[in-house]
Amino acid sequence: MILKTKPELCTQCGQCEKVCSRVWFKEENPEKSAIRVNSKGDGVLINVCNQCGECIEVCPTEAIYRAKNGVVRIDKEKCVGCYSCVGFCPTMSMFFHKDVQEPFKCVACGMCAKECPTGAIYLEK
Amino acid sequence: MKESIEKLKKAHKLLKTFEYELKEVNRGYTDRTLYINLSDNTIKSKPVTQEMKDKFIGGRGFGLWYLWNAVTGNTKWNNPENEIIISTGPIGGTTQYPGAGKSLVVSLSPTTGTVVDSNVGGYFGPLLKFAGWDAIEIQGKAEKDVIVFIDGNNGKVTIEEAPEEAVDTHILIEQLTEMYADSEEDKRNISVVSSGRAAEHTLIGMLNFSFYDPRRKFVRIKQAGRGGIGTVFRDKKIKALVVKYAGVKGDTNKPADKDTINKLGIKMHKEIHDLDDMQNSMRKTGTSYLVKIMNDYDLLPTHNFKFGSHPEAEKISSAEWKKWFTVTKTDGCWYGCTLACAKTVDVYELKTGPYKGQKVCVDGPEYETIAGVGSNCGIFDPEYILECNFYCDTYGIDTISFGTLTAFVMECYENGIINKEITGGLELNFGNKEAAMELLHQMGRGEGFGLIAGQGVRRMKKIFAEEYGADPDFLQDIGMEAKGMEYSEYLPKESLAQQGGYGLTNKGPQHDEAWLIFMDMVNNQLPTFEDKAEALHYFPMFRTWFGLNGLCKLPWNDIVPEDNARTDEPAKVPEHVQNYVDLFSAVTGKKITKEELILQSERVYNFQRVFNLKMGFGTREHDRIPYRSAGPVTVEEYESRADRYDKQLKELVGFDPEGKSTEEKVKVLRKYREEQYQKLCDAVYKRRGWNENGIPTLETLKRLGIDYPDVVEVVKKHL
Ligand code: SF4
Ligand code: SF4
Ligand code: SF4
Repeated sequence: MILKTKPELCTQCGQCEKVCSRVWFKEENPEKSAIRVNSKGDGVLINVCNQCGECIEVCPTEAIYRAKNGVVRIDKEKCVGCYSCVGFCPTMSMFFHKDVQEPFKCVACGMCAKECPTGAIYLEK
Repeated sequence: MKESIEKLKKAHKLLKTFEYELKEVNRGYTDRTLYINLSDNTIKSKPVTQEMKDKFIGGRGFGLWYLWNAVTGNTKWNNPENEIIISTGPIGGTTQYPGAGKSLVVSLSPTTGTVVDSNVGGYFGPLLKFAGWDAIEIQGKAEKDVIVFIDGNNGKVTIEEAPEEAVDTHILIEQLTEMYADSEEDKRNISVVSSGRAAEHTLIGMLNFSFYDPRRKFVRIKQAGRGGIGTVFRDKKIKALVVKYAGVKGDTNKPADKDTINKLGIKMHKEIHDLDDMQNSMRKTGTSYLVKIMNDYDLLPTHNFKFGSHPEAEKISSAEWKKWFTVTKTDGCWYGCTLACAKTVDVYELKTGPYKGQKVCVDGPEYETIAGVGSNCGIFDPEYILECNFYCDTYGIDTISFGTLTAFVMECYENGIINKEITGGLELNFGNKEAAMELLHQMGRGEGFGLIAGQGVRRMKKIFAEEYGADPDFLQDIGMEAKGMEYSEYLPKESLAQQGGYGLTNKGPQHDEAWLIFMDMVNNQLPTFEDKAEALHYFPMFRTWFGLNGLCKLPWNDIVPEDNARTDEPAKVPEHVQNYVDLFSAVTGKKITKEELILQSERVYNFQRVFNLKMGFGTREHDRIPYRSAGPVTVEEYESRADRYDKQLKELVGFDPEGKSTEEKVKVLRKYREEQYQKLCDAVYKRRGWNENGIPTLETLKRLGIDYPDVVEVVKKHL
């Protein structure tokens, strides 16, 4: 399972960021979203985890693992909030926020894709 | 395993239980210290005052303060009133910033006789703080071997007689981690401090600090090596200190401004991610990368510091270690250290000693060990280095002191100062790895020549002169110790600033105060005495600060920002200095500047200098260095670098070397270099605010706010 993007279709409406933070943090706050939409040159960059698994190796507590459906997930119990995974994510798709101790990332739940008006993001199995 | 652990535990005899209220950390401090006296099994809580925090910050500062109050000028290392103090510091325990889990250990040293401090990784210091204690202060002596257990989740401290556990670290830490952890998952919440059997028979004992590695599934160690604190530990009949705390989170240290810490930490992780491969490759080969650099620059100690390079050095360089190391991407000695230099050789089969044939894990080797027990002894065999590293660790011996003293013994042996009769058959020529290994095992067994060598270089010099009629002056020249501590492994001969970096230290010649060789010798950035003195002020002060805060020095300059070379002062790594200023402010809520950072250190540093005075050291005469660290002692050494020395004689001394004998040239060069060192002392003392005898003046003490009556009293005797 992985969230894929077609940035050329994105209008930067920000709906996905709102949905994601609502689903996971019960508030609409782009800074608490696991997907981020930004301008890049003339185009758009949709920053979201591609489930590459690099962060699994850098976690000192083995809190990060690959779930059966292929998604990379964080076990909050084990996490000590060191943010090694944030600094070592090749695409900077692991996020953090001062209100939360653990980092967060896209777990490919697909809620944002459902609400994206242009089809710029979609879930692939 | 389970059954045997039960049996060990059953044999414990509970001597004392102390219950305490759990307490959250507040801005890096718990505001109390755990005091234990093993003579009468007192356990109590002592308050940490605001004054202590303002003046001594934490870590080494707290250790010095407690020890100062515990001992008199006549206290010896093995008197019951001597203490071992372990403390991290306000920043210690931070999980976001690389290198923020160090513990600082302070005690009176058996080899130097004065106060010593040692900086070590592993989880003990941070877990101790989270268990509710800024420091542990241990005084007195137990009658029989004891374990002190601090249960940081249930608020309980126990002293338990522990007769049956091993003394050697690699067994003991597995036993105790198993014993005190509730489950496999719980093991990471345990940290053990231990030593080993050789610490009982020598003066160079060290302490191992453990942490559990969930990937390798075994307990690992880091060492508080310098100054013989392991010897004090075993003299107090401490088998181990064990702390347990489950529940480490990103904010357990309760900083004032978590957001800033997050950002600083992530910035560093990213910097390391992007640049380490291009810079020092610490993540892949740890500090072993230094071997090649030191050899290339003629700085790798070889044959007891005679030479600085060797054709066989390649055999023990990082290219070789790459083949041995089992690298994971999380080799930090505390959570969040992405510089990850703590390498191991996971499976090594021992060839000698009591554990011969066993497959063990070797923690390391680090650069100092490779150079100390390897090149400096003329041994270029990686397997010997691993074997020696392992046994030093499990026996509780400092690899640096062992390496430097073995090199000294070897030179004495080759010069006929000692012989086979004296060594009990050991042919201690340079390069004889079997003999060197046997010497280490003798220290473990407490027998033979190992007992003499284990006293360290300073005492050996005395014994060799008094009992074997050796020339004391020659021994003084080649015995690489100052203040009673063996040199760490850099050849300082060609860098005057580094001679000061070793000689003008508080505890003895350890490079953790100043490492100026490249600035001075390679980059020629310190041309005048004033420049050198400024560097010998700034860098020791700056580096002292790591030890006040529970920090590691490596993430300061073993990784640097991409644009560092284009800054005003690249050697200081200005961006990282600012990180530390911000980090301190963010943890404690007390805003500081980079000038105040230096001031914090200066206070503690001068206090330690006065502490040396209290113990009968700390004057100019004790800043004296063996001539081998300043120039060529022998004809052989001179001739190995004749061009360089001849040129110096001509250009700097105004002496024409043409047609002169090497003996004569050695003498003239020596006179010049010794004068240079004295001039350096003058300049440094002045810059540090000390008088010409190296004593901090009353004005200096006043300016730093440490003019306490008992401090002034000590100093006054010398003014
Ligand atoms: S897939 Fe889910 S977790 Fe990922 S961005 Fe969308 S809503 Fe957030
Ligand atoms: S967070 Fe980054 S490193 Fe981890 S799986 Fe996603 S893209 Fe890879
Ligand atoms: S922040 Fe948590 S999940 Fe990320 S590396 Fe650190 S411990 Fe692992």
